[in-house]
Amino acid sequence: MSASTNNRIGWASVTPALAWTLVFFVVPFVAMAAASLYTKGGDGLSLANYLQFFYNPSYWRALTNSLEVTAMVTVISVLLAYPFAWILAFIVPERWQRLALMLAVLPFWTSYVVRSYSWLLVLAEKGVINSTLVNIGILSEPIQLANTRAATVIGFVHFFVMLLTLTIFANLKQLSPNYRKAAADLGASPLQSFVHVILPLTLPGVMVGAFLTFVLAIGDYITPQILGGNNELLLPQLIMIQIGRRGDFASASALSIILMAVVSIAYFACARWLKIERA
Amino acid sequence: MTVRKFTRRLAGASLAAFAVLGLSYGSANAADLNALVWCDHSDPNLLKPFEDANGIKVNVKEFEGTGAGIAIVEQSQPGDWDVMVIDSIDVRRGVERGLFEVLADDQLPIADLFPEVVMDQHTKIDGKRYGITEKFGYNTIGFNKAKVDVKDMDSLAALTDPKYKGRVAIYDYYLPVIGMAAMAIGKKTAELTEADLPAIKEQLMKMKANAKAVTDVVASQTALATGEADILVGGGEWVTAGIAKENPDLDFSIPKEGAVLWSQSLAMFKDSKNKDMALKFIQYIMSPEGQARLATSSCYWGMPANSKAALNDEQKKILRFAEQPDFLKRAQGYPAPSEDLDKKMQDVWTEMIQAQ
Repeated sequence: MSASTNNRIGWASVTPALAWTLVFFVVPFVAMAAASLYTKGGDGLSLANYLQFFYNPSYWRALTNSLEVTAMVTVISVLLAYPFAWILAFIVPERWQRLALMLAVLPFWTSYVVRSYSWLLVLAEKGVINSTLVNIGILSEPIQLANTRAATVIGFVHFFVMLLTLTIFANLKQLSPNYRKAAADLGASPLQSFVHVILPLTLPGVMVGAFLTFVLAIGDYITPQILGGNNELLLPQLIMIQIGRRGDFASASALSIILMAVVSIAYFACARWLKIERA
Repeated sequence: MTVRKFTRRLAGASLAAFAVLGLSYGSANAADLNALVWCDHSDPNLLKPFEDANGIKVNVKEFEGTGAGIAIVEQSQPGDWDVMVIDSIDVRRGVERGLFEVLADDQLPIADLFPEVVMDQHTKIDGKRYGITEKFGYNTIGFNKAKVDVKDMDSLAALTDPKYKGRVAIYDYYLPVIGMAAMAIGKKTAELTEADLPAIKEQLMKMKANAKAVTDVVASQTALATGEADILVGGGEWVTAGIAKENPDLDFSIPKEGAVLWSQSLAMFKDSKNKDMALKFIQYIMSPEGQARLATSSCYWGMPANSKAALNDEQKKILRFAEQPDFLKRAQGYPAPSEDLDKKMQDVWTEMIQAQ
């Protein structure tokens, strides 16, 4: 087969993917970027939608709220998922691992919305947690768990611990047992072996999972809307407010571009730091 | 097979797939009635009698918020939609975009409507009717009478009373709640200007300080039903009536300062391909039977606009039908701000939510 035929086959193979990306990502993105430069009811191009974000403290605060919640969710999820994945990979007998993994992904089988409302009922004043704590005497009266930032974080963590467990588990399983044996032969304690050998080798996998968690959490509307009780706004909620009644797509587009910029910055930060493209 | 042939076949198969999809979508549109609605119109108990009587299928698509609804229409092909449910105050927005068809008064039971909810100032533009009010109610104080002092609920002052701190939820829709805040400080919803916003904002902040959450429709119902909140700012029959049987302690009041009157209208699309059926649908919804079914929809209850709605005595009692003349006298309309004021009201609302 000649080089030019190879070239044509290569282009024919890649064209559907390029066309898909062009039609369903590049074109909508350009349209959204263009829309963000108009103002509802106004005429001509302007940066007013971006300026309002930086000058209006309640808009700016939506971003800081989003970053704070997402950072909390990512850190807590990683801290919970790593030992969970470790137990699955090295402690659970191999014949039970498949069942354990299936149980780990069970939460994915239910609707995201239903799961969030279920958490709302669990965390409510008369919910399972408050009732139990009151009944066993730890609390004298129910405390507010639902409709708080903590509820949002709990809802997110419940979901993302499972996602991270899967990515970290896959990473741990790919790791040759010889690394641990070699470290032990050289006199490393199990803790030293973990800290100096295993953890650095699995960090790229952790970062991939953490980045996915960050991206999915910072763009999520459902969980903070249902569990947060709208006591504070995150960026996706602020975007939805622009659309709901007024249909201000220009403002919503500008806020969406800002959200995409934040995600892009996070991506480049992670990619440069840990070379996640090779993970 | 050469690369060129392969590429051609791939393109041909793609075109064929799109054509099949397009045909099936087109034929579904032509035979059915396509309605952009709020969730109360999705109840099979409402739609089935109309579908059976006319031998057609009513395809419904739910949306929340006029902006989202209009966006759906503008992203559709002309003629894709036949009828739309819309906030009465927003009928004008649809007309300004050239979306709606004129409705003939003599084909609709206008005379049977409660006079206060005909709302010609919103549903008629340049003397022509583009929408008809089908359902209404109040954004007021919804509460659990077993948990609060019912006498307190006769004043909007209860919403900022420290006695109820942490037991209040606020309905997450800025127009009616801003209307309530305005009434609480003695202003009329129809006369609000930008100059009123600082005082309204201050009132909203007081409400927020007393509140546990700012809740959407479902969360509002859940909050009252589960006891998470005892008072709902902006609540009314639309929250309490549907679950009155399960929890008879849920009720609403029209405080001495008044309440905000909400109303929803039906409109027909100018580009509808099925205008006769669309009109029949509007006539059915406005009929005594349709009105009773709409008023008691499984999604949320509300007062039927038609005073001759075929509600039974129990349903009338739950909706407090007999008290409507008094309620309507004391209610004020939704704030209907200009584009600029609307944006500023929304920003005040955003500030209120972000306040800690």
